[in-house]
Amino acid sequence: MQLSKSAFKATVAAGALALASFVAQPSLAADTIKVGVLHSLSGTMAISESTLKDTMLMLIDDLNKKGGLLGKKIEPVVVDPASNWPLFAEKMRELLSVHKVDVVFGNWTSVSRKSVLPVVEELNGMLFYPVQYEGEESSRNVFYTGAAPNQQAIPAVEYLMSEDGGSAKRWVLLGTDYVYPRTTNKILRAFLKAKGVAEADIMESYTPFGHSDWQTIVADVKKFASAGKKTAVVSTINGDANVPFYKELANQGIKAEDIPVVAFSVGEEELSGFDTKPLVGHLAAWNYFMSVKTPENKAFIEKWHAFTKNKKRVTNDPMEAHYIGFNMWVQAVKQAGTTNVDAVRQAMYGQKFKNLAGGIAVMNTNHHLSKPVLIGEIQEDGQFETVWSTKGVVKGDAWSNFIPESAKLTADWTYPWVCGNCEKPKYVELTN
Amino acid sequence: MTGIKGSFVALILAVSAIWLIAPSQAQAQDFDAQVRALTTGGYSAKARAVTALAATADPRAIPVLEALLEKKLYTRNSDGAVVIAEEKGSVLLLRRAVDLTEIGEASTSDLKSVRVNNRMRRAIRGALGALTLLSTDPAKRRSAAEAVFKAKDAAMVPILDRAIARETDAKIKTIMQKALASTQLTTSKDTEVRVAAVAKLAEFVEQDVQSVIGSILVKNGDGSFVETDVKVRAAASVALERMESTLASYRMIGDLFRGISLGSVLLLAAVGLAITFGVMGVINMAHGEMLMLGAYTTFVIQNLFKSYMPSAFDYSLTVAVPMAFLVAGAVGVAMERGIIRHLYGRPLETLLATWGISLILRQFVRSIFGPTNREVGNPEWMSGGIELVGGVVLTYNRIWIIVFSLLVLGALVLVLRYTAFGLQMRARLLFCRMASTMGIRTNWVDALTFGLGSGIAGMAGVALSQVDNVGPNLGQAYIVDSFMVVVFGGVGNLWGTLVGAFSLGIINKFLEPFAGAVLGKILVLIVIILFIQKRPRGLFALKGRAVEN
Repeated sequence: MQLSKSAFKATVAAGALALASFVAQPSLAADTIKVGVLHSLSGTMAISESTLKDTMLMLIDDLNKKGGLLGKKIEPVVVDPASNWPLFAEKMRELLSVHKVDVVFGNWTSVSRKSVLPVVEELNGMLFYPVQYEGEESSRNVFYTGAAPNQQAIPAVEYLMSEDGGSAKRWVLLGTDYVYPRTTNKILRAFLKAKGVAEADIMESYTPFGHSDWQTIVADVKKFASAGKKTAVVSTINGDANVPFYKELANQGIKAEDIPVVAFSVGEEELSGFDTKPLVGHLAAWNYFMSVKTPENKAFIEKWHAFTKNKKRVTNDPMEAHYIGFNMWVQAVKQAGTTNVDAVRQAMYGQKFKNLAGGIAVMNTNHHLSKPVLIGEIQEDGQFETVWSTKGVVKGDAWSNFIPESAKLTADWTYPWVCGNCEKPKYVELTN
Repeated sequence: MTGIKGSFVALILAVSAIWLIAPSQAQAQDFDAQVRALTTGGYSAKARAVTALAATADPRAIPVLEALLEKKLYTRNSDGAVVIAEEKGSVLLLRRAVDLTEIGEASTSDLKSVRVNNRMRRAIRGALGALTLLSTDPAKRRSAAEAVFKAKDAAMVPILDRAIARETDAKIKTIMQKALASTQLTTSKDTEVRVAAVAKLAEFVEQDVQSVIGSILVKNGDGSFVETDVKVRAAASVALERMESTLASYRMIGDLFRGISLGSVLLLAAVGLAITFGVMGVINMAHGEMLMLGAYTTFVIQNLFKSYMPSAFDYSLTVAVPMAFLVAGAVGVAMERGIIRHLYGRPLETLLATWGISLILRQFVRSIFGPTNREVGNPEWMSGGIELVGGVVLTYNRIWIIVFSLLVLGALVLVLRYTAFGLQMRARLLFCRMASTMGIRTNWVDALTFGLGSGIAGMAGVALSQVDNVGPNLGQAYIVDSFMVVVFGGVGNLWGTLVGAFSLGIINKFLEPFAGAVLGKILVLIVIILFIQKRPRGLFALKGRAVEN
């Protein structure tokens, strides 16, 4: 396990102390609060997810140093679903029914989230999901701390349409072939059409996971861009396929000034250690950049460097999402005075916490956060510089307004009105 | 640095020239204000300030704009002075932007950088183009002409006219004429001039030009043309049609190049397997991991270069190739001696054992280098590409990989044909018992043959590290393709591997534009399955005793 022997002893000692001082409390059996961490530590997604596991351990370690929660220490339970989507569901079941964790922080890809969804709903668990995703989902048992499409994709496209962004008129939607890019592009297509973009001015193309030969697609983009209208590329390419994609862009001499590429899955981590000189000016949209200058962010980065003992480690947006999610959960538990899932869920609504990127995040009753949206351009040092940001925070939409079937749906899980995808209020008797 | 120095000389000249014509105080203040305007307001305001600065044609603007482009322009927090900062050790050396006089040092926290975005970069390049169009340096004039072509600013027309009249270099002159024509087409009001400009532009068969002419035919949302001049529109559509047919044939060349390039990658991945599987008959599931070992060797060698000889980094690959051969070859020999030789004639066990080895090797690499991808750099001579006419770009890394794959195959053929080892190897494979009675140590020949196949895979890994991610799963992406090529080409035949790899590559790349990357791959698989049904032994089937066994 992640706990060293001495730490274990300390936990036991702390537990004993807690036992001695809170004899009156009824739940003596649980002397720690268990937090499940469900991130792939091996396989294709290990690249991104192992960082999030470390982030969680850092946050928990930090809280334990400050005295824990409700007088108890927090005990992380780390499992490895190995980038294997069905295994995610099994590991979630193990966390909830064997380890009896109070909350789970985990998942990266949408397909893994879809895999754990039935389990976490059946066992009435609580999952914090930290990654930007395609929306069109609402679950009583999941808090989505990453961006919904209206907090990332839509503002990014609006920026590129604006005069400052280069007044793009023609759009290439590139993506990896799975649920997130396809759903996001469906929303974007509807949005672009609503803005008066003609069908002929949109090109959509998908590639398999880990695609490495981008020659044809980049040449196609160039050809598409030579029709006399300013063209921009919206990339939902995921994972390590991005590296050969950007290399090919650079080699074929596509400059950001001519054809800007805005990416939704490329952050500091993905750019770390590769030569970004030819990529200066290509964009990414997130709710956080490491380069943002706030006192909170500075402290967070310092803590991260100290925890990983590596000054070169970068921070990124999903890390911030876990940071906000974990701290909100801690506040909610304190407020509720218990880790009971139903109680904490109600206490979560309206929780506020300072973003690392400035402003204050709020948890809404649709289980999505209100967060600021930032658009950054890649710089020579592999960081992003914010070139545009929203004035305040943007509330995340579970259901997109640009898809007609979804626009009618509501998500509101406030007791007693509990509803994730209904058109009229639904009052459900909570059974637990 | 040289840019700043060069502009500094230009500045001294310019300043003396200005001094000669004795500028008024007001002009100097004007310039001050214009430089200040670069640092205030939104991007639109700043972009306008850039254009305004270019319109002054004041050579003092050149270093300021260059600094802005390179993000070296700052405002000082203490007094708001606009400065150009150069890194000097841990501090920044400051010069006043308006006259480049040194005004001391500062740290980054004392300064506020002037933000630029894509739109501004475009404006700055255009402005710099206008200012350097009459430069004495041909390279500068050339990039200036390219920038002016993109900027399409009406104010540039007189400068362009002057520059074209003075230009002596024919190539740069045509670029300037292209820039003039595109500017006239987009900004002029005179129908005659614009129709002439379309005719001029039609001489250049390029995608950029196509884009300029295409912009004339852009329609509004309601289907009406944005361009109201019917004559210009007619000229543009004629020009475009003619261009399109030429461009289509260029694109064909592009597709062919990409097909050959994909073929060369397949060839590299498969040629080692053509030995271990094709010649020796070992179903080697760990072949992909040999590629991976080669790629990781490249990573290690590059890191050694980075720490001990950073100046020679560009040559790191030439060292990595033989090292990768040795590392993967040694692992191959150890594998053959340790495991595979006990399993000859038992294909199912070999398959499982080599698959196990592949898992072990992947985990081994993961434990040492970590689960995340490792960065392998492209040397300078493998970055960028040659731009052919018509916007077709042949990238250097792909060209080198094509050359490398052919060299590897050629060397392998030579080894098999003309060396004693090659002879022994062929003897061992065709007439095993006879070979051993003739004194050939067949055990060692087996081991070395397997080592050779693995070593070649290692070298291929060096090439793959240049186009793909270097991670523990690198080999997995190529193992299926490798088997596909070897089986398609004909087991045991190197020429079959060559022809198989290139034909699969080309088929794939011609299908991709129509079918997309995902469907294209599926179609290729179907083609192969159908083909194997017809010819189970592949393109070039071996005949004779070896096959009958």
